[in-house]
Amino acid sequence: MITTSDLRKVYRAQGRPGSTTEIAALDGVDLHVRQGEVYGVVGTSGAGKSTLIRCVNLLERPTSGSVSVDGRELTTLSPAELRETRRSIGMVFQHFNLLARRTVAENVELPLELAGLSRRERAAKAAELLDLVGLADKAKAYPAQLSGGQKQRVGIARAVAGDPKVLLSDEATSALDPETTRSILQLLRDLNRQLGLTVLLITHEMDVIKSVCDSAALMRGGRVVESGTLHELLERPGSELARQLFPLGEGEPLQGSTLVDITFQGEATAQPFISQLSRTYNVDVSIVGAAVETVGGRQVGRMRVSLPGSFEENVVPIGFLREQGLQVEVAA
Amino acid sequence: MGWNDMQPLLVQATQETLWMVGLAALATVLLGLPLGLLLALTRRGGLLANAPVNKLVGTVVNVGRSLPFVILIVAIIPFTRWVTGTTLGWQAATVPLAVGAIPFFARLVETAVADVDGGLIEAVQAMGGGAWTVVRKALLPEALPALISALTTTVIALIGYSAMAGTVGGGGLGTLAINYGYMRFETTFMWVIAAELVVLVTLVQLVGEGLARSLDHKRPAAASRWTFRRSVPTQTSAAPEAAETAAQETELTGSALR
Repeated sequence: MITTSDLRKVYRAQGRPGSTTEIAALDGVDLHVRQGEVYGVVGTSGAGKSTLIRCVNLLERPTSGSVSVDGRELTTLSPAELRETRRSIGMVFQHFNLLARRTVAENVELPLELAGLSRRERAAKAAELLDLVGLADKAKAYPAQLSGGQKQRVGIARAVAGDPKVLLSDEATSALDPETTRSILQLLRDLNRQLGLTVLLITHEMDVIKSVCDSAALMRGGRVVESGTLHELLERPGSELARQLFPLGEGEPLQGSTLVDITFQGEATAQPFISQLSRTYNVDVSIVGAAVETVGGRQVGRMRVSLPGSFEENVVPIGFLREQGLQVEVAA
Repeated sequence: MGWNDMQPLLVQATQETLWMVGLAALATVLLGLPLGLLLALTRRGGLLANAPVNKLVGTVVNVGRSLPFVILIVAIIPFTRWVTGTTLGWQAATVPLAVGAIPFFARLVETAVADVDGGLIEAVQAMGGGAWTVVRKALLPEALPALISALTTTVIALIGYSAMAGTVGGGGLGTLAINYGYMRFETTFMWVIAAELVVLVTLVQLVGEGLARSLDHKRPAAASRWTFRRSVPTQTSAAPEAAETAAQETELTGSALR
């Protein structure tokens, strides 16, 4: 649905007189977002994720590379064609960007005005959308009278008013408290399911990825260093994203013991493999860290355990764990 | 000189002043608004960033603002004659008034428009709006309260200029004050005229401020349309902003009258 290939964005910063330094905000980004999925791009500030999402609807024009949305190559469109295409790409902003002098309903109607709908059609559509986001009673209020979470709901209603195929979310929950964040993410998830909307969101919070995304990409220094569906990532040995999604802490290995990271998902979660291991091989297992979460409706967990003795002494128990369908990595 | 003598003179002069200020204000909005908008849009990082155009328009505006008003009146006499066919009376004074106020208002418009949050521009662009749509749907409506304040300041400056135009036969209250109050030592009459100008300026300020506030929905408290009516007589909640506009105003008129 959204594909970028070898996307580059270079900013020229004026240095000392006569010299300019070039900063690559995007340094060859390939991104592939499938139809109907929620795709999260995560990274620290300055990683280039904001530039990336702004390149997807060409609010920012990439220096080179291509962006295609719904099979349409954006970088070669004429200004009028680009405006037309943007109508099928909704965008939600961190600071909501609602027009202060328009009521809630009027804000939602704005994209419909641009699309040339009649007053009656606009009003009907706005009412329907406000109902969908749970703000039917606030239609005549002004944005200043709303809480942050309500403002973002209006922002989302406005973004989907033109029946877009794609929704871009630029740190939509970063200005909100955890409780509100959850409800906004839930709303995005609902819209994704009900309207079949493809969502590309950027965030700096791993929790956002964990709670709504089907796929994720990790950005650093203008590059995507890792990407895939959440399940793929969890199964991938040495995945940095998986480690960040389920942090296990930096437990120091005890003298003469072996640290093992175990990732389990699906049916494996129901198996009492720790006690089986303990009983079968008569080893004392101590748990250093563990996290169990539901990702995309499936239980997944990561656990860091410490086995007595060196790695050589533990080859057999580790083999046993792998036989159980678990993903096992020797940490130290 | 009794009230019966003063009254007809006052009524006529007031009408002249209102015509002159009104027409000049109209011309100022019609020409100053697009000019200010052009300045804001062509700024660096603006929607239609264009350094040469910005520099050119900016220079013209700066020259217009630097000329002392009295010199402006004389300097554009040929233009005034071409427009109105005369160089005397309130009709003639309207031309230099407008010419003096247009660059002044344009700068205020530029500031007001540039103050609109860039995120709103992006929001409209992201939903498929072009430059003109951004201006129509975001910039002008969102800047409206600030534009009303700018117009208020400009109209008050115009009232001041119009009195000055009186010194060179421009008609209106200024001429009356000079001819009777100053030349004929009718001190009382001069004070009456001064008082009328004070009332005029105060009224414009109150109406402008109230209108700007009633249009501004940025603060939750100002959301109701009725705040305008209530806040005019009480004026308590308006204190901090009133002080602010007043400060800005003295600064602006000060530079304009240089």
